[in-house]
Amino acid sequence: MKQHYQLAAAALLISLLAIGTAAAYTLENFTFDDPARTAEFRTLIGELRCLVCQNESLAGSQAGVAQDLRKEVYRMMQEGKSRDEIVAFLVARYGDFVLYEPPLKPATYILWFGPFLFVGIGGWLLWRTLQRDKATPEPDLTAAEQARLQQLLTKTGD
Amino acid sequence: MSKTSRALIPLSIFIALAALLFYGLQLNPREVPSPLVNQPAPALTLPSLKDPQQMLTAERLRGKVSLVNVWASWCPSCRQEHAELMRIARENNDVQVIGLNWKDTRPEALEMLQQFGDPYAEIFFDPDNRAGIDWGVYGAPETFIVDAQGVIRHKRIGPINREVWQTEMLPIIEQCRGQ
Repeated sequence: MKQHYQLAAAALLISLLAIGTAAAYTLENFTFDDPARTAEFRTLIGELRCLVCQNESLAGSQAGVAQDLRKEVYRMMQEGKSRDEIVAFLVARYGDFVLYEPPLKPATYILWFGPFLFVGIGGWLLWRTLQRDKATPEPDLTAAEQARLQQLLTKTGD
Repeated sequence: MSKTSRALIPLSIFIALAALLFYGLQLNPREVPSPLVNQPAPALTLPSLKDPQQMLTAERLRGKVSLVNVWASWCPSCRQEHAELMRIARENNDVQVIGLNWKDTRPEALEMLQQFGDPYAEIFFDPDNRAGIDWGVYGAPETFIVDAQGVIRHKRIGPINREVWQTEMLPIIEQCRGQ
């Protein structure tokens, strides 16, 4: 049993090392004189989606196209372009799809506000149901029902 | 509202949701719509594949409807669509098939053409993905329909076969011809 744990720990360590070297391999060449700029670059490529392997960011992807785009973003940042200019450059060529966070515009309203809409509808239905229960109290018993109740109560009292 | 019609509400919501999700299953997430459709073709200043001395520009796309086909020798789907491109080039004299050889090497690209034939009226050579980024290329093969005025009319992602040509591309080319 103990051996199994050691084996698992070793496998975990190896895979963590592999991930570490892969990230270092792709990003080590992209440095700026200003460390803040390097940090900005890494944040930006983490927010852009690779179009080939769609669940990976530009920072994490090993696809050839992602490598080209990392170089292009790096080149533009070295030219002193701002984050917004670089994002606009990529969106003009690849569409909003390169952004992990879709922009707020009429076509995406349902995406951004849909959840609130559904919570609103659910809340309204709940409120309405509760109100209706409150608005209709149990009617008073008629004389005949009162007599029957009395009869049942005395019967169980035996 | 009667009891029966009220009981049908959850069922109808379920059917609507199931229909929506079923529709979603038919969509191909790999096909990312291009923002370049109905825009003038981006810059395309590259050397010719066959003649390294000759520089080509996007002017080459004007005056005729063009199919700009992004291809590479390392791309299996490009080989798969090659015969169809040969047929399209042979049977449509008013359409020029233009190659954009992408992230490839010159000898390997030329060897593939020697082996399978050359459907291209001209081939732009882009080993470093320079024009590719401007055209929003993210895989091969991709094929753009560019009208005679140099405006992109359609982008096909993935290989072309007879059916794709008939149902997806030909109707747009007919529109371009009518202009």
